[in-house]
Amino acid sequence: MFGYYLDLALRSLRRNPALTGLMVLAIAFGVGASMTTYSVFRAVSGDPIPWKSSRLFVPQIDLFGPTAAAKTSNEPQDLVSYKDALAITRAHRAHFQSAMYNIAPSIDPASPGSRPREVMGHAVQWEFFPMVDAPFVYGHAWSADEDAAHAKVAVISSRLNDRQFKGEDSTGREIILDGKPYRIVGVLDHFTPEPLFYDVANRNFGEPDDVFLPFATAIDAQSTNTGNYNCARSPLEEGFSGTLTAECAWIAVMVQLDSTADATAYRQWLDGYTDGQRQAGRFSWASNNRLRNLPAWLDFKQVAPPDTKVSLLVALGLLVVCMVNTIGLMLAKFMRRSGEIGVRRALGASRLQIAVQFTVEAAVLGFTGGLLGVAMTWIGMTAMRAVLPEDIAALARMDGSLLSLTLCMAVLATVVAGLYPTLRATWVRPALQLKSN
Amino acid sequence: MAITPIIVALRRHKAGALLIGLQIALTLAIVCNALFIITTRIERIGRPTGIDEANLFKVSVQRGGLPSDGEAAKARLDADVRTDLAAIRALPDVADAYVTNTLPLANSNWTGWLGQTPDGDKVGPSTAFFLGDEHTLATLGLHLVEGRNFRPEEVLPHSLRDRVAPAQLIISKALAQKLYPDGDAIGKTVYVGPSAPPTRIIGVVDRLQSSTVQAWAESFAWQTSIVPARFSFTYRTYAIRARPGRLDAAMKAVPDALYAVDPQRVIPEDDGVLSFAGIRARAYRADRGMAILMGAVCVILLTVTAAGVVGLSSFWVGQRRRQIGIRRALGATRRNILNYFLAENALITVGGVLVGALMAFAINAWLMVQFELARLSVNYVLAGIVALIVLGQASAFAPALRASHIPPVEATRS
Repeated sequence: MFGYYLDLALRSLRRNPALTGLMVLAIAFGVGASMTTYSVFRAVSGDPIPWKSSRLFVPQIDLFGPTAAAKTSNEPQDLVSYKDALAITRAHRAHFQSAMYNIAPSIDPASPGSRPREVMGHAVQWEFFPMVDAPFVYGHAWSADEDAAHAKVAVISSRLNDRQFKGEDSTGREIILDGKPYRIVGVLDHFTPEPLFYDVANRNFGEPDDVFLPFATAIDAQSTNTGNYNCARSPLEEGFSGTLTAECAWIAVMVQLDSTADATAYRQWLDGYTDGQRQAGRFSWASNNRLRNLPAWLDFKQVAPPDTKVSLLVALGLLVVCMVNTIGLMLAKFMRRSGEIGVRRALGASRLQIAVQFTVEAAVLGFTGGLLGVAMTWIGMTAMRAVLPEDIAALARMDGSLLSLTLCMAVLATVVAGLYPTLRATWVRPALQLKSN
Repeated sequence: MAITPIIVALRRHKAGALLIGLQIALTLAIVCNALFIITTRIERIGRPTGIDEANLFKVSVQRGGLPSDGEAAKARLDADVRTDLAAIRALPDVADAYVTNTLPLANSNWTGWLGQTPDGDKVGPSTAFFLGDEHTLATLGLHLVEGRNFRPEEVLPHSLRDRVAPAQLIISKALAQKLYPDGDAIGKTVYVGPSAPPTRIIGVVDRLQSSTVQAWAESFAWQTSIVPARFSFTYRTYAIRARPGRLDAAMKAVPDALYAVDPQRVIPEDDGVLSFAGIRARAYRADRGMAILMGAVCVILLTVTAAGVVGLSSFWVGQRRRQIGIRRALGATRRNILNYFLAENALITVGGVLVGALMAFAINAWLMVQFELARLSVNYVLAGIVALIVLGQASAFAPALRASHIPPVEATRS
């Protein structure tokens, strides 16, 4: 019976190509616009590490106090001072913890004759790698001992390894960063989380990190912090060494806590730490700490630009309009066939059979609109790439799930839109139609 | 023309009329808000920075492997910067140049607070700092409205983490008004943060936009200060004014000259050398993208709605061929028939736009809460209403015209 209804649907759609075309185009536009904006929204609001994001936490400490002019709300700073970063990581109260800061050293070229270039990176502690589940293609992270010994080692990205060592196993070899040699201990396997969730206070989308150096080693080398640097008061001492003693926020910290109990205990410990600092005379205000898990942190930092949400909502509005349009046109189309419905009913077709027939027709319409919608989405995404900021546009991709979602959404939306016209079709009374013809 | 028969006829196809009305209402609501977003963004992009942007470009350099802490390191870096500047200023295509931390719209803000008392308790307005020297005003094409420029001897070397506490300061007019709402700023003393040495305001420039267009710095986007300091650090930016018409040539010549001075330096490939037009495009790319996206949505919406009106009107005309024939046979002119269908469309559209106007404000109110958008002005809604009525009439015109051509003989057919 389904084959017969399909045949009927195709015949009916062919009979009035202008009206059919209008409906298909409306569906395609609605679905295409929604899917284009959704692809961007999905890319920027996705969970970069879904299997453990709820176990990763960002501790925040109020370094400036409630009256500081630097503050616009009572939220503590996103980053912590060097002093607090050391205290947090040395206390070792979490399963894993790492202090980190943004660096952008220059790297000497692989072959003589080329120029040095700038690479993005982070100075981190060894626990960073197991904490963020960084995959290695060669070698491994540096060890706790190497961290403690301020070893001149580095972990590099596969991208830098391809450029610098033609993709060969480069562990044990050297790279020169800011004029100093570092021994490579590990090469990451395409570790390009989007967003760069471990330090969204500084960067979120865009260039992934190419080098990771031990935190203590980078501090020794006075590697410039290329991220944010906020002070409540001017440091007492100038230069890089001044930043180590200053009450300035510039170091990101992430910790892994495996259970709610651990998180509660950690919160208490953090409050205890800042209370201690207050008693020691460093802070004159009560503890005002935060411990957000990664999803809450990404939300708080508005990592997904509000523009992408507004765009998605507006595009969904467009889809609703397109569907209202389709309801109207389908109603017109189905009602025009009252005579045909009357004949079918008189020959014994039940109301259910009429309903199935018209639902199949709506589904065929939706599927056709969906196919065209996939093409529209592709065009839309290409256009978005041309107009949106590169770092965000590059994230929007057409993949299998988006493709099937587009088709499903088109069919589902059209079938829903077809409910009322189909219902009206089942109301047609056979006798009346036969008499009038 | 009597409106009653139209209403009576409409009641016979309530569903269709309601659907078109609803579609027009939704279209109006979305188009008004989208247009509002578009104009907000265009206004934002169009704000002048206060500098003469033509013929201006920047070159960012980085020099790894040099120490930056301590007086000796700073003196070495400062000597490098002076050599670089001499090399750049000597180029025939270059009109003027200086070294700085950042430029307007370049997205790297240095901010602080200007207090009017030396004690730490009271802090004044926020400001964004630009480092500059006696060449800055000329290079940027800034308009000095009061006071004087820096003197060469006032410009001191400045490392990344040095305290911003200059003896002199040139500020923007917006900042001067904020500091001294009813007075002259020239010669006044301010303090850059708590327990800072005194700083004297020596000049006021007409307008100078800060480095970031991000929301957090929007409240003090025009409150800017120029600090007499030569940014002598391992990474730095040269702001360069090319001679008129020589921008492209200068943008090639300067990196070559800098590499000739020191081949070990890095000038990033993607954003190391940028014209000011390039800096501006990067800063506002998200706003421009949003405006274009909203524009595309508006065009699609209006097209789909117009097509919907054409489709449904055509259907109604087809359905009523016989009735039209009867009316024609009873003496109605073609003009009467045309007017009938246009009036029917107007009736539905007016109903739709009235509901749509309410929806437009409701959506805007929700967006204001969720996304901190501004209040929608009534003008957008009025413009949208007019646009949709015109669109409705234009879309209904062709089917109505076809209806008016139905011959009276149609009354006899069944």
